[in-house]
Amino acid sequence: MLSIKNLHASVEGNEILKGINLEIKAGEVHAIMGPNGSGKSTLAQVLAGNEAFEVTAGEVTLNGDNLMEKATEDRAREGVFLAFQYPVEIPGVSNLQFMRTAVNAMRHHRGEPEMNAAEFMKLAREVSKQVDLDPAFLKRGVNEGFSGGEKKRNEIMQALLLQPKLAILDETDSGLDIDALKVVADGVNALRSEDRAILMVTHYQRLLDHIVPDHVHVLADGKIVKSGGRELALELEERGYAWLGIREDDVAASSAN
Amino acid sequence: MATTDQEVNELIKREYEHGFVTEIEADTFEPGLNEDVIARLSAIKKEPEFMLEWRLKAYRRWLEMKEPDWAHVGYPKIDYNAISYYSAPKRPEDMPQSLDEVDPELLRTYEKLGIPLHEREKLAGVAVDAVFDSVSVATTFKEPLAKAGVIFCSISEAVRDYPELVQKYLGTVVPHTDNYFAGLNSAVFSDGTFVYVPKGVRCPMELSTYFRINAANTGQFERTLIIADEGSYVSYLEGCTAPMRDENQLHAAVVELVALDDAQIKYSTVQNWYPGDENGKGGIYNFVTKRGACIGKNSKISWTQVETGSAITWKYPSCILRGENSVGEFYSVALTHNYQQADTGTKMIHLGKNTSSTIISKGISAGRSSNAYRGLVKFGPRAEGARNFTQCDSLLIGDQCGAHTFPYIESLNKSAIVEHEATTSKVSDEQMFLCRQRGIDPEQAVSMIVNGFCKEVFKELPMEFAVEAGKLLEVSLEGSVG
Repeated sequence: MLSIKNLHASVEGNEILKGINLEIKAGEVHAIMGPNGSGKSTLAQVLAGNEAFEVTAGEVTLNGDNLMEKATEDRAREGVFLAFQYPVEIPGVSNLQFMRTAVNAMRHHRGEPEMNAAEFMKLAREVSKQVDLDPAFLKRGVNEGFSGGEKKRNEIMQALLLQPKLAILDETDSGLDIDALKVVADGVNALRSEDRAILMVTHYQRLLDHIVPDHVHVLADGKIVKSGGRELALELEERGYAWLGIREDDVAASSAN
Repeated sequence: MATTDQEVNELIKREYEHGFVTEIEADTFEPGLNEDVIARLSAIKKEPEFMLEWRLKAYRRWLEMKEPDWAHVGYPKIDYNAISYYSAPKRPEDMPQSLDEVDPELLRTYEKLGIPLHEREKLAGVAVDAVFDSVSVATTFKEPLAKAGVIFCSISEAVRDYPELVQKYLGTVVPHTDNYFAGLNSAVFSDGTFVYVPKGVRCPMELSTYFRINAANTGQFERTLIIADEGSYVSYLEGCTAPMRDENQLHAAVVELVALDDAQIKYSTVQNWYPGDENGKGGIYNFVTKRGACIGKNSKISWTQVETGSAITWKYPSCILRGENSVGEFYSVALTHNYQQADTGTKMIHLGKNTSSTIISKGISAGRSSNAYRGLVKFGPRAEGARNFTQCDSLLIGDQCGAHTFPYIESLNKSAIVEHEATTSKVSDEQMFLCRQRGIDPEQAVSMIVNGFCKEVFKELPMEFAVEAGKLLEVSLEGSVG
């Protein structure tokens, strides 16, 4: 489904991704692990089309379509979804309105009729229960005054509403207590399906206890240095990144995250 | 300059000799302003003597006044002798005969705003069957208003039919000496609206210029006077979200509101005059003086405005809070795009005890436009316990526009309390990325973010106006991204 070949990307002249190669098939869940500053979040942002990053070389295709040629919104309409690590606030715009606008943009793209406010309200109430968010959140401004955990659950709720082909989850576990982590993991597991690919970016392996990946990749200094199965994550937890010759402290110091 | 004036005067006098009675039936005055022009204007309108004297007094004072230059706007000098001060309504045969003859760009905008077909014709100046107009519009509102005793008519009619009310209140809130444009308006005002709500009456419907027949052609010097007698309530809507085509570049209107004891006036405006093209060519100069006087105790005046049009806007809807416990409110959204310039805000003048005022101003700048908030909050020596809350937010779209805030606070009373909050923010790249990542079109995203920013003001608008205002912002912001 997703094919990344020799992807290079930089921000303000600094090369962050230095030749990423990755293949993800429909139905698979891949985890990208790595120390801070290794380029994990950059990969997520570049795939989604954040224009702050410049793609300098390489090719990315989604079901054979060249993704990098498409505008951000077109990628989204083709089924690319990014759950943000730090979701931004949009004051005064209700969550409900925001989500309905997004859902209708997708429906419009697929040539389906738009959902009216009442229909959408019903759907949104159901999905909000799935991520344990009080429906009162639907009326609040997008991420306005949400706690860290509420923001993450709100992101997963959007993924459930939009039913993407490729869901990219950027550090969705960070800042969550164990109960919230379970809720988020249940949401992600509900997303798992034969015709959907999931790419999880995470620093810690604890998320992988709840969402068991098919493949694990270790990213260091803009390249994938090791790939393996579920056991690779466990081994990393036990032995640390140093085991792979990665000096975590150095890269962490230069990290923006 | 002197010779030009002389030439113009001579020209006018020559025409005059032919006898203006036939002359004025279907014509437009030659450009130029002097006492004869004002006398002719007053005569055409069949005004009582007091009105002509009032106009002349204003004119003589205006001649001694100077055009203000303190606003944060720039425009070439206006030649007041190049303007025609009376223009008869266009004859039907001179108007477009159907929508096919109207600028397609204008029609496209009507389409986007969702304006019903029969209204589009009226707005675009198509010759509409007068019978249809007077039957459908007049009967729907005239009856309930008459029953309630509310007077709602053009100011020209009011001058003739209710001279005692006009004489008592006209110019009491905005005297002709107030400022240059108000002075000019007092001398040459063309037409406008008059409303009187009697004691204890709650006006049974929202009044709107749109309902008033002939409102479409009030001319460039509009004059409005609204009087709410003791214990009455009225809500008035001015303007329309549809872009109005107008050949007059200068608009200098005056609006006066008077609220007596326990009376309430809610005045909502949507202003969408032609803003000029994307290169800053053309567009209306909108120099307006709007002021309300809460002269009675417990009275309240609320201004809500959504300003998206005009090349230059110079406008400060204000409240004079004279009555004890009177309340003034100002809710404003001003959006500028391309080369538009807006200098707008309010004045809250607290004179009475325990008076209070609220100012919520939202300025949005896009393109190369300039948007300034200018507000004065003043407490007189007798304004014991008076208070004001001001919140003034600016939103920038792109990096070539400007936002400015000029708040003035003058207090002559130590017990007065004033709170002021101001913020400036940008439609951030992160917000745009989030919206686009969810499949939302960039222009729709900007419009949604801007609408969210304006929410506090929109909720003050009458319901159907609020929906239209949202759409209006969307149309006005076209081309602001990408």
